[in-house]
Amino acid sequence: MEFNAPATENLFDRAKLVGKSTPRIDGPLKVSGAAPYAAERHDVVAGQAYGWIVGAAIAKGRIRSMELGDARRAPGVVAIVAATEHEPVGTSPYNHAPLFGGRDIAHYHQAIAVVVAETFEQARAAASLIRTQYDAADGVHDLARVKSAAKIGTGFSGESMKDTLGDFDGAFGGAAVKIDATYTTPDEAHAMMEPFATIAAWEGDKLTVWTSNQMINWGKRALASILGIEADNVRVDSPYVGGGFGGKLFIRADAVMAALGAKAAKRPVKIAMQRPLMFNNSTHRPATIQRVRLGAGSDGRITAIAHECWSANITGEDGEHGTLQTPKLYTGANRLTASYVSQIDLPEGNAMRAPGEAPGHMALEVAMDELAEQAGIDPVELRILNDAHGVVPGDPETKISDRHLARCLKEGAERFGWSERKAQPGQARNGRWLTGMGVAAGYRAGPTAKSAARVSLSADGKLKVETDMTDIGTGSYTIIAQTAAETMGLPLDSVTVELGDSNFPVSSGSGGQWGAASSTAGVYAACVNLRRMIGEKLGFDGDAADFQGGLATLDGQGWQITEAGALSADGEMTYGDFKSDYDVGTYAAHFAEVRVDAFTGEVHITRMLAVCDAGRILNPLSARSQVIGGMVMAAGATLMEDLHVDKRFGFFANHDLAGYEVPVHADIPHQECIFLDTLDPIVSPMKAKGVGELGICGPNAAVANAVYNATGVRVREYPITVDKYLDRLPALA
Amino acid sequence: MAQDGFLKVSRRGVLAGGVASAAASRASIAFAQENSGASAVEATVPLKFTVNGEDRQLDLDTRTTLLDALREHLQLTGTKKGCDHGQCGACTVIVNGERINSCLSLAVQHEGDEVTTIEGLGSADRLHPMQAAFVKHDGYQCGYCTPGQICSAVAVLDEIRKGIPSHVTEDLDGAMQPSNVEMRERMSGNICRCGAYSNIAEAMAEVAGA
Ligand code: FES
Ligand code: FES
Repeated sequence: MEFNAPATENLFDRAKLVGKSTPRIDGPLKVSGAAPYAAERHDVVAGQAYGWIVGAAIAKGRIRSMELGDARRAPGVVAIVAATEHEPVGTSPYNHAPLFGGRDIAHYHQAIAVVVAETFEQARAAASLIRTQYDAADGVHDLARVKSAAKIGTGFSGESMKDTLGDFDGAFGGAAVKIDATYTTPDEAHAMMEPFATIAAWEGDKLTVWTSNQMINWGKRALASILGIEADNVRVDSPYVGGGFGGKLFIRADAVMAALGAKAAKRPVKIAMQRPLMFNNSTHRPATIQRVRLGAGSDGRITAIAHECWSANITGEDGEHGTLQTPKLYTGANRLTASYVSQIDLPEGNAMRAPGEAPGHMALEVAMDELAEQAGIDPVELRILNDAHGVVPGDPETKISDRHLARCLKEGAERFGWSERKAQPGQARNGRWLTGMGVAAGYRAGPTAKSAARVSLSADGKLKVETDMTDIGTGSYTIIAQTAAETMGLPLDSVTVELGDSNFPVSSGSGGQWGAASSTAGVYAACVNLRRMIGEKLGFDGDAADFQGGLATLDGQGWQITEAGALSADGEMTYGDFKSDYDVGTYAAHFAEVRVDAFTGEVHITRMLAVCDAGRILNPLSARSQVIGGMVMAAGATLMEDLHVDKRFGFFANHDLAGYEVPVHADIPHQECIFLDTLDPIVSPMKAKGVGELGICGPNAAVANAVYNATGVRVREYPITVDKYLDRLPALA
Repeated sequence: MAQDGFLKVSRRGVLAGGVASAAASRASIAFAQENSGASAVEATVPLKFTVNGEDRQLDLDTRTTLLDALREHLQLTGTKKGCDHGQCGACTVIVNGERINSCLSLAVQHEGDEVTTIEGLGSADRLHPMQAAFVKHDGYQCGYCTPGQICSAVAVLDEIRKGIPSHVTEDLDGAMQPSNVEMRERMSGNICRCGAYSNIAEAMAEVAGA
């Protein structure tokens, strides 16, 4: 089914299940510990041995030698696959850094061996007996040092990341109010709670991996090309994913080493990557340096807007494009956006939740706060004043699909009690606490991707949905069940959903906040085909009939759908060209209140609110969780998250969950999230857009702005930690 | 060189066995000769304990953590391994009524102990009130930290009931309240990277109020 024109009124506008808060159908399994994650699948194959990955101890260079004898003779060892004895594995379009093989080391903790043993303890102990000698090469590990060698980056579809409109320099030069500020964001880690984990088993030349992965079809094809086998010979199964945030978009060393280990050991191998290896072995969000220049009239109308971003990656390509939201958010006739990328010798940078936009807001939305102060205009007002209408400000050829940012800001301000905020920073004092409020707007694209599913109706009226879509905590199981039940007119509890198996029809997968909109549209397409099939069997027009309560009705006639017998239909939703005329975005207004200890400088977030405009919200209960989860990660980005680069040796020094700090319960107050009741007819028949990344676009800046409002100290070097401002806090007096 | 390596392994085994024998005084330490063709020696120790009300008996490598005894040997995989280093709380279980990070203790230290895991609190069709409250308030997303959160939450409410103070307890004399701040402080050893904290606090408040 092709979605080739804006959606008109359809069954989802009269929905009984879609759009209603629904507890997750996989919830009871998750809370009782019965949901099977990758490393826990004792039942899928017998004789699982344990693998332990050894990581390189240098950032760049070559392995001179590996002494493997002691490890090979250690108790319980079944097999060792080592870089010195193995050709480099192949690559895939999805990976930037080599996953294994050969003597060349491209980054610290690159996998150089896997030890397979009868038990976990034996594998770990034997791995420690491997002695590796290196010839280390010089590398550059400091973004500030490689910045000058940067070139213009390319975007996700190969487009140049430099855009100009009008005459920025002229307009900025003549602007009545100006901001020119530089912000830095550090390297960040996904730090999902479930480690990379895989059980791999070969049956002849066929490989099955029970793994933890967001994009099943990408994973299947990538693993085939990395191992040099046919994609048809690879099965990937990942029904439960313990968090990904982009870190599990791609095949990682756990899957590759488990597959190689299983081949060598001639038996299934299970690997859960040890936590201290994860941060340097896998991917991270690259650090950025961002310069924002805003010029406005004394009335606060922006006339000139420039946002430049510098980041680096191991290949010198694929940077962290912090400029992505800037052409979309605010008007201004004279513009420049550019994202530059350099080569750096650090582990691979790759997508982490709202790649580009998350750190981009940490610069742009703080610059807007600075502009508001300069211009003497309330920050909420300033954003409404410069809101875009009709077309994308940085790309006037492109229409805006559906946008209610000003409503988000107004309703949010009202709800949050924004009028209580003191415009003058550092003025609100309550005992030992300096208090402050901050606001930021949020933009994140609302993409869709083609997505397929299979729906099977049994003779007793039960419906099974199968698709290789994943649920990475996003609530896919439930929204897919809601969509199928709604379309087939069945109760929710007669629908079962099976996900994450590459034997199922290929879905959009989970990433870029496209999963919810795309996968449900694909399930809808399959259900439409099933309705037709039922109609053909029973002699009515399945497209015209109304399906409700197990009954199809048309022109006063009714049919029990079970009379059609057991039936199964595949379907896929694809998208027509008309969509390229539009920018489909999601919008939010984010508010934060903080109190800062006037003595110690410690920041406590006391309130957070997000007002979101993302079209139909398929399941408000789980969508809210996605948004507040984004707000938590955003709070972390602002106040604590920071992969510390050891610039001498070229690795992330704080590579575990004690060193890499993320927010904990004590850091996060009650959070509020409001969804506007909007519908976007351009996105899909569901009129629904994703929210999983909208939640991390803006709250980071709102917290930063609140800290400034509380203290009067502007820290432009994230994270905002006490060492950067303690000496500048207002006098205690 | 090879000799050195083996000496290290066997010394570690013996040391771990020594620690274990103090904890498990009734346990006799068995030394199993590995048939790897070398003279390596590894200790296994018999362990008897109760898991979710059932008597269990295992013969374990002394290096096996309580977490791996549960996940790998008893195949009770509800208890999660997030870090294996006491940094995340995903492995939280209740031992003799108190919550611990099961990755931080060796299984053989638990001779005679009563261990309750998430599977022991309730099952998918017979949920413990805390499990039901997590479903109702959507106190999770990916679900990986969730068993640890729930075991912690149950134990935290018990700690508050028993009047055990925390870092944020304001009044050490009066009856202790399961306030939002009190619960958040005590739950801070359980990381949720999906960021379900606000919902978890609501689930706990509902159970605490009941
Ligand atoms: S696995 Fe035990 S605290 Fe993380
Ligand atoms: S639910 Fe995913 S880490 Fe807590």
